[in-house]
Amino acid sequence: MWNYTEKIREAAERLLAENRVDVVIGFRKGTLPLMNEPYLARSVDQVKQLYWDGNCGINLANYLPKRPDRVAIVAKGCDSRNIVVHLQENQIQREQLYILGAPCHGMLDRRKILADLKGREPLRVDETDGSVKVVGRDFEETLDRSSYLQENCGICLHRNPVIYDELLGDLVAEQTDVDRYQDVRQVEGKDAEQRWQYFEDLIAPCLRCYACRNACPLCYCPTCFVDEARPQWVGKSLDRTDTRTFHFLRAFHVAGRCTDCGACERACPVGIKVRQFTKKMEKDIKDLYGYEVGVKLEERPPLDTYKPGDPEPFFK
Amino acid sequence: MSEIYLTKQKLPALVTQWMERYRVFGPVFKGQYHDYALLGEATELDLNFQNTRLSPKGLFHPHSEKMFDFTLDKDSPEAGILKEVPKDGSPRIIVGIRPCDARAFQLDDRNFITDQFKDPWWAQRRQNTTLVGLACNNPCSTCFCTSTGTGPFDTAGLDAMLVDLGEGYLLQAVTDKGTELVEKLPAGEPVPANAAAAVASLRKAAEERLGVQFDLGPVKTRSMNELFEAPFWDEVQFACINCGTCTYLCPTCWCFDIQDEVYQDKGERIRIWDSCMFPLFTLHGAGHNPRSQKLQRVRQRFMHKLKYYPDKYSCGIACVGCGRCVQQCPVNIDIRRVARLMSESCICAV
Repeated sequence: MWNYTEKIREAAERLLAENRVDVVIGFRKGTLPLMNEPYLARSVDQVKQLYWDGNCGINLANYLPKRPDRVAIVAKGCDSRNIVVHLQENQIQREQLYILGAPCHGMLDRRKILADLKGREPLRVDETDGSVKVVGRDFEETLDRSSYLQENCGICLHRNPVIYDELLGDLVAEQTDVDRYQDVRQVEGKDAEQRWQYFEDLIAPCLRCYACRNACPLCYCPTCFVDEARPQWVGKSLDRTDTRTFHFLRAFHVAGRCTDCGACERACPVGIKVRQFTKKMEKDIKDLYGYEVGVKLEERPPLDTYKPGDPEPFFK
Repeated sequence: MSEIYLTKQKLPALVTQWMERYRVFGPVFKGQYHDYALLGEATELDLNFQNTRLSPKGLFHPHSEKMFDFTLDKDSPEAGILKEVPKDGSPRIIVGIRPCDARAFQLDDRNFITDQFKDPWWAQRRQNTTLVGLACNNPCSTCFCTSTGTGPFDTAGLDAMLVDLGEGYLLQAVTDKGTELVEKLPAGEPVPANAAAAVASLRKAAEERLGVQFDLGPVKTRSMNELFEAPFWDEVQFACINCGTCTYLCPTCWCFDIQDEVYQDKGERIRIWDSCMFPLFTLHGAGHNPRSQKLQRVRQRFMHKLKYYPDKYSCGIACVGCGRCVQQCPVNIDIRRVARLMSESCICAV
């Protein structure tokens, strides 16, 4: 059973009562169907708020950088990989963390479910292992769970946490036979003009609200380059050059660091497929350096180290 | 006030007629969601929606608006002089606007049109626009207009309102502007005898479905400082990632930044949406930031809507219950929950 609610509460209560940690970061049940809220339990009497289901797609590693206290954190595969990245980048220390590993079956894509309901609003959602029952005012529909996973979950190769102190359930079988980069290859196959147009259309609805950036565990810079005022590198209007600059630079900034957790896409209020940028970076890092982000704590990321065998195609 | 009835098939013809004299805006389905846009053809108008993803505030207060342009060319006699960028002030209609969104403009008026100051572009657009609303027969589960002082059939902010009666629409004029619009039309079909009863029953059903989801009465009397220091803010703020989604989607978030953008010797002064969720929003030139912490920023948004605004203007809260922030917040921070925390925590002060 992958509903870890009781196990999370039990572990949280124990860790807080035994003073192993100061706080527990998890989720509490959302106020809407298909949504949960990241939650910080500070005391034993708060642990009953902790909750788990298929709507915990937010990456909780986002709440870790520079925390001064001892933290227990619930971590799916992707969260755990981002914790590894944080450790490598000194955003938090391993001794501060108690990782409650949550083997993951993939998180639900709320937007896809809502889109397929065509305006009918879900009022209650019941999940079982293989299906999702959606109940609305005057309808009831049972959806095949695997068809409604977040896109990044459908192609995920690390559903099990890569680092943990305690597991909340049995490890799950990792997906094999997954083609992670089919969409990237399609974009690569376009000529320069088509590719440009593709990205222009992709970011056309962008509001510059920065939900993608702020949902991303990697975007912890004290001042983001788009917020710098002296000098101001990027304009703040919807001028297309500026919007483009934001998305392109952010993608390059997370190259070799992005775990494809999907937080950016999940957060975007206007449904931009933000991962189309970051996945290309991820693929390049894999092709060039054979490196998978956040899998091995002791392995330095390829872009912050030098090895004699590194590809150097730019030296002609 | 006058009213007409028209079958649904006749709506495009009516809109086309309006388009001869007005620029007509309305909800258009854009792949993933409905958004207000200038109609090229009447058939683009799609009234089959619950709520648009973005509020229509951008039609009055655009995300990025060129206010002035200037030249820095020292040889030009106009060097350094700000020249107003001309705006299209021709009359326009927004059709299919929800009563809550229209009501939001009245709340925003308090900010843009005061005794001392008048924002010329906001005022001009308000004046040259006729708002033809669409009553809300089927509110979302995230809607809470009835808890904020408006409602699914509230005509307070509208010039005219369409009510979907199934086979057709009843178009009722509300203001003189609306009457002009309705009366200039060739007589529609006769208004069905049961129309008034049908409207009343749709209204009752919608209002009952919404219910009253919170009561901010106690917040009115509680001291601002006490609420400001309330312990629950710490819990409310944890999940927040400080993105601008709630403020950018909100019809009553009007804050903006002004920037000069210069390329070579030409420049523009632009007004751009800003958000109290961003640390930069309050960063002083000297480097001090009075709201450097996330808690301070999260508290500001809710206190502004539910305490500061009502205290300052005495015309209700600065929220119309459209529910966009509830639907789209990436981390499920729900203003209804916060409103209840603000009012419930007041009860024990007896």
